[in-house]
Amino acid sequence: MSDSPVENSLAVQDQDPTANLSTTGDGAKSAPSPAARRRRGIGWRQRLEITLLSGPAIIVFIGFVILPVVLAAYYGFYKWKGFGAPTDFVGLHNYVIILQDPEFHSALLHNGFILVLSLIIQGPVGILLALLLNRKMRGRSLIRVLIFVPWVVSEVIAGTGWSLMLQTDGAVNDLLSKIGLGHFQAEWLSDPHIALWSLMAILTWKYIGFAVILFMAGLQNIPEELYEAASLDGASYWQMQRTITLPLLGPTIRIWAFLSIIGSLQLFDLVYIVWGQYVAGTAGVSTMATYMVQYGRNAGNFGYGSAVAVVLFLISLIVALVYQRFVLRRDTEGALTGRSK
Amino acid sequence: MAATTVAPTGAATPGIPVRKNAKVGWGSPTTYFIALVLVAVTLAPVAYIVLGGFRTNAQITTDPSGLPSPWVAKNYTSVLQNSVFWQQLGNSTIAALVTTVGVVVLGVMASYVLARYRFRGRGVMYSLFAAGLMFPITVAITPLYILIKNIGLINNLAGVILPQIAFALPTTIIILVPFLRAIPEEIEEAAWLDGCGRLGFFFRMVLRLSLPGVLTTGILAFVASWNSYILPLFVLNDLGKYTLPLGVQAFSSQYSQDTAQVLAFTSLSMIPALVFFSLFERRIVGGLQGAVKG
Repeated sequence: MSDSPVENSLAVQDQDPTANLSTTGDGAKSAPSPAARRRRGIGWRQRLEITLLSGPAIIVFIGFVILPVVLAAYYGFYKWKGFGAPTDFVGLHNYVIILQDPEFHSALLHNGFILVLSLIIQGPVGILLALLLNRKMRGRSLIRVLIFVPWVVSEVIAGTGWSLMLQTDGAVNDLLSKIGLGHFQAEWLSDPHIALWSLMAILTWKYIGFAVILFMAGLQNIPEELYEAASLDGASYWQMQRTITLPLLGPTIRIWAFLSIIGSLQLFDLVYIVWGQYVAGTAGVSTMATYMVQYGRNAGNFGYGSAVAVVLFLISLIVALVYQRFVLRRDTEGALTGRSK
Repeated sequence: MAATTVAPTGAATPGIPVRKNAKVGWGSPTTYFIALVLVAVTLAPVAYIVLGGFRTNAQITTDPSGLPSPWVAKNYTSVLQNSVFWQQLGNSTIAALVTTVGVVVLGVMASYVLARYRFRGRGVMYSLFAAGLMFPITVAITPLYILIKNIGLINNLAGVILPQIAFALPTTIIILVPFLRAIPEEIEEAAWLDGCGRLGFFFRMVLRLSLPGVLTTGILAFVASWNSYILPLFVLNDLGKYTLPLGVQAFSSQYSQDTAQVLAFTSLSMIPALVFFSLFERRIVGGLQGAVKG
């Protein structure tokens, strides 16, 4: 368990040179003397310290994160309105309904679209912006702050603003006609062919700042000498980015992609705020999470809602495990060989 | 392509620090143009909200994308006189502050154990928290609501704060562990020789040395709490208990005809998070950098 993929990948990120030599395991430091001293001396006092220090966090975490997930698995087998103890055991019935419901299928499909589009839109755009903001230019620090503004603004504010702007007689359509692009006016929110793209635009606007922060952090870890050497060899700017930046930014990109994938699968806030529960379905932007809230809590069917949560959980878990198994694992080799060059 | 024009600058002047030169050399109009477009696109929606608050509904209807003419402060003043706004601002502030303190205290303690104690089960403990990264609150919200209902915290800020602390712990711990691990063993050794126990070392040295990481996680927790939506949506159910995001939504459906006022309410409610963020922007970037870099 101690060499779980998550821990490994994060531990390998460790660039502290002393820690690096030993990062194949759980990322622990293997500094000789104090560690040895410590290993011998696990007495009652140490145990007490460990318990006192980590106990509260573990209790809160298990109580409010792990327990609800376990409870969801339990409630999912019941037809239950949320009052008293669940008694109406229905076995896998809830799951059968979910998996046969065309509305759930389309929600799942939308999640899939959002996932793929987020990766192929936000990834390249984020990297380019990070490269841009990494250059020395006037007003750079101001721009850096400004680009993170959407990320700091809450989903409700972003949603409220965008839904007003994208209305039929809203600012976007008005602006289009003002600059002579009137025939591009559209029903941005209600046309099922367009709504998903409007959502992608809002999502990109909202979350690109986070991608840029991560990528910029990754860029700062790339040793300057590599670029100096490459430019002495006559490499062009873009050649350097392709052969130095992209490979060395690999671990950061993969971590970002992981966070983006999980976020896409569990997307709720913006859709629910801009479209609301009923419109989301007809506009073609419903997600598994809005489906869960609509047919679970809002309909008063907590058993069913829990079952949807379990499905959502399992899908996320499978995707996460597959991703870590096949993509993040590469960071072990990638990071090490990259450094030994 | 811009690339072809760039390459010579770097290659033609080999003597001087090349990369620096290449970097400044590319500070071309293209760069500034892209940056300008970027800033415009980024800020347009925010500007729409802020400026819209200075307009009247008639102005907004006749010219949806126009500027305020004349500027009216009435929307803002009437929101500022609205006691519900202040109450919701207070709720958001309390929730965010308590969440932040809780996350930081619990997170630092647990990270300290993970970073500097060696014991069996440490790997399991780290994996447990790391696994939490995979499961944002959405997955757990339905049973979490039942749980909060059963312990009697519905319509109570504590019912928002406790789960928020729990869900912020994974990020906090992942960010803090490398910070705490990076404190040189020698310092601990020296402190130990000076008769400073593990706990003494923790309080006197660790907190001070890991301050950047602590600040980052604190800020992330604050902003996350300030903006959180789904949890308050489930837990809080009357206007007086609402946090600002719910307040904005309630206000915008209640006054859906009064767009200007809605925009004023919305823009006032984003100020605190923006101020907070711009004050600590460096910290956030630096801290995430620490998390990526280790």
